[in-house]
Amino acid sequence: MTTFMSRRDLILFFGFAAVVLLLPILAQPFGAAYPDLLQRFMIFGIFAIGFNILFGLTGYLSFGHAAFFGVGSYAAMWSFKLLSTNALPAIIFAVVIAGVFALAIGFVSLRRSGIYFSILTLAFAQMSYNLAYSVLTPITNGETGLRMAIADPRVLDRLFFEAPVAQPVPSLFGFSLSGWNGFFFSAIFLLATFFLAMRITNSPFGMMLKGIKSNQNRMNYTGFNTRPYTLTAFVISGMLAGLAGALLVVTDPLAGAERMRWTASGEVVLMTILGGVGTLVGPVLGAWIIKYFENIFSSFNDNILSAFFSFLPEGAREIAVTVSSKFVGDGWHLTLGLVFVLIVVFLPGGIMEGVRRIAARFSKADRDGTARERRLAPKAAE
Amino acid sequence: MFRPSNGMSRRRLIKTGMAGILATGVSPLIFSKGAWAQEFCNNPTGATVTFGLNLPLTGAYAEEGADEQKAYELAIKHLNGEGDGGLINVLKPTALKGNGILGKKVEYVTSDSQTLSDVARAGATRMIERDGAIMITGGSSSGEAIAVQSLCQEMGVIFMAGLTHSNDTTGKDKRRYGFRHFFNAYQSGIGLGPVLGKEYGNERRAYHLTADYTWGWTQQESIKNATEALGWETVQTVLTPLGAGDFSQFLTPVLNSGADVLILNHYGNDMVNSLTQAVQFGMRDRQANGKNFEIVTPLISELMAKGAGENVKGIFGTSNWHWALQDEGSQAFTRSFGAAYGSPPSQAAHTAYVQALLYADAVERAGTFYPPEVIKALEGHEFDGMGNGPTLYRAEDHQCMKSVLVVRGNENPTSQFDVLNVVQEVSREDSTYDPAMFGGDLGPAEPAPLCT
Repeated sequence: MTTFMSRRDLILFFGFAAVVLLLPILAQPFGAAYPDLLQRFMIFGIFAIGFNILFGLTGYLSFGHAAFFGVGSYAAMWSFKLLSTNALPAIIFAVVIAGVFALAIGFVSLRRSGIYFSILTLAFAQMSYNLAYSVLTPITNGETGLRMAIADPRVLDRLFFEAPVAQPVPSLFGFSLSGWNGFFFSAIFLLATFFLAMRITNSPFGMMLKGIKSNQNRMNYTGFNTRPYTLTAFVISGMLAGLAGALLVVTDPLAGAERMRWTASGEVVLMTILGGVGTLVGPVLGAWIIKYFENIFSSFNDNILSAFFSFLPEGAREIAVTVSSKFVGDGWHLTLGLVFVLIVVFLPGGIMEGVRRIAARFSKADRDGTARERRLAPKAAE
Repeated sequence: MFRPSNGMSRRRLIKTGMAGILATGVSPLIFSKGAWAQEFCNNPTGATVTFGLNLPLTGAYAEEGADEQKAYELAIKHLNGEGDGGLINVLKPTALKGNGILGKKVEYVTSDSQTLSDVARAGATRMIERDGAIMITGGSSSGEAIAVQSLCQEMGVIFMAGLTHSNDTTGKDKRRYGFRHFFNAYQSGIGLGPVLGKEYGNERRAYHLTADYTWGWTQQESIKNATEALGWETVQTVLTPLGAGDFSQFLTPVLNSGADVLILNHYGNDMVNSLTQAVQFGMRDRQANGKNFEIVTPLISELMAKGAGENVKGIFGTSNWHWALQDEGSQAFTRSFGAAYGSPPSQAAHTAYVQALLYADAVERAGTFYPPEVIKALEGHEFDGMGNGPTLYRAEDHQCMKSVLVVRGNENPTSQFDVLNVVQEVSREDSTYDPAMFGGDLGPAEPAPLCT
């Protein structure tokens, strides 16, 4: 191939980049345009894209990806504590450590496939969680979480600068990375990850992974050893999870054990399925929706609801508030569950399938039926 | 080889480059310093000011969170001059006028912290960045309090801790922007030690079950030190995960350990479960080493005592406050809370309510919302009338110095709320300790960080 990227991919990439960079404006009507949430959109977008490289391309469902996320967080925090408050060494360190961790877990887990692989990864992740939570507390500080302290060594910083009096915060060559800086910093990594995922999907390596997904036995019979390919995909995906974990620490310097719990592993599976398994944009959309529910729906209290229903007469408003309050605030999981069920029942390919269906309806006039049929055909099962 | 005639030398390029990087990195710090002395995070410019309530509405401490929310709503009503005014009428000295804070009406936003540090931080960040909260308050876990407190220091927003009992909150992890009214594990040890010695003698063997996070660790340490000073022996200390639900696997080994006292360093729903299960194991009817087997719960509240029902009868613990206290402040608060919600307030509700009022009072006295000035107004502030006797907000560690209550499960409760009896009130003089004991560093108040 002589062309670097196809025209279609270029449009997709630049469209995606435009949406991401304009999020501070686009998210305004939804009440989501504040740095912390948009940072999470970026970070969990990276996490979901990374997860999709494994699950979407090879079909291996890992139920323990939060372990790599957490390892990345702890590694980045230790880099802040021991080396420097600069974010770059922290991120590099976190990605390397998460990669090594993924190599070890992947080497063992990938000896099995299907449900056994899922259970193995779940077991490893739960072990890592328990280690972080109650065994390795000198390294992880348990439930309390690991934070930066004024008294930390920070060898590199002490070499060049005087010890600061103020509480140290992560930075990039002197620029603070909290607030909007942190958002744009994470956005660059999300775009890079998206680009990487795009290149992998279209590469011969990506074709190989898709081949493994559609029929691994056939691949083996034709003489391919599939193990190195799946292991590579697993490690890449683990490294991206580590990158996401590191970015979460960069923008919010606290590393806690709960981000390694099995619910966090399950969350990234939900994100991917909700958005669309095997698609490029889908996992990111899924991550955004789940984080939006978690942060915005959970903040609605009775005051906000009664203001929302203020157009109703007195009695009806009370009823509306009582009923709807079960679905927001601490009941946001209920709403998320309903949305998830609806999507899985009516759009098995996730939100991206809905987008494709709508696009297909609009372009029905100038495309023939077979093309549409082909694009809607479900992907071959494992 | 480089050619000096051809433009910039490599050495020159590196030098200019480094200078450029340093200049761009450092100059914003120089120019912004002191330029806007009154420009700070979420400076309220409109007619209202927003409190951010960070409450555990789900998880092991959900019940405390719900009670705190009621208390904050009541406090905000009173600050705005609605209702009966509650403790505003008895706070001495007071700068509160019952017309909001500095004439601005108080509003609030909430966030469910799920009793998890990560979530608590995300919620607090949302309330600061999106909802413009001027102050963050609440929480029922020390893990949360410490996580949110360090966030607030980075953001430049004052944090008035809710219920948090770990020594670290105002010790090792203290922060200039964080303030705690609640007492701590060390003070529990001071209060509980002598009472345990008197009741159970000086030759006891204690077994600790401890919630595995900052609060459990420091409470175990404090109670262990206090009981070992009596001459007790510590048989074993076992850490249990927060929100475990089932404690039977931890309770079984206690029976054969040779211990005759079980110390439960648990709180909230965890304590209700562990205490109930310990009683179901028949521990309170047992004899060990020729003595009655005893259970001690170093930190206990009415909500937990109510949850544990019969099982809490005769059990010793400590509390920050109790609704049955006879002073004017406690009675005024119990009256207002009871009139609004039909039940007496818990100690979590009390500390939450008092924190909201103390913040408002400090702002009124400072005459500004600018956090470094408010911090100055709170540090070393001496007040009375809030139900704990004369109280000092100590400047060195932002810990309130006041009396501590030793309580015991009521053997003959007259109502469902009458579950704890105050056995002894430990005076402020006795419960005061050296602030340098736990180390830590408050950090600076100025320059006030600017959140985006």
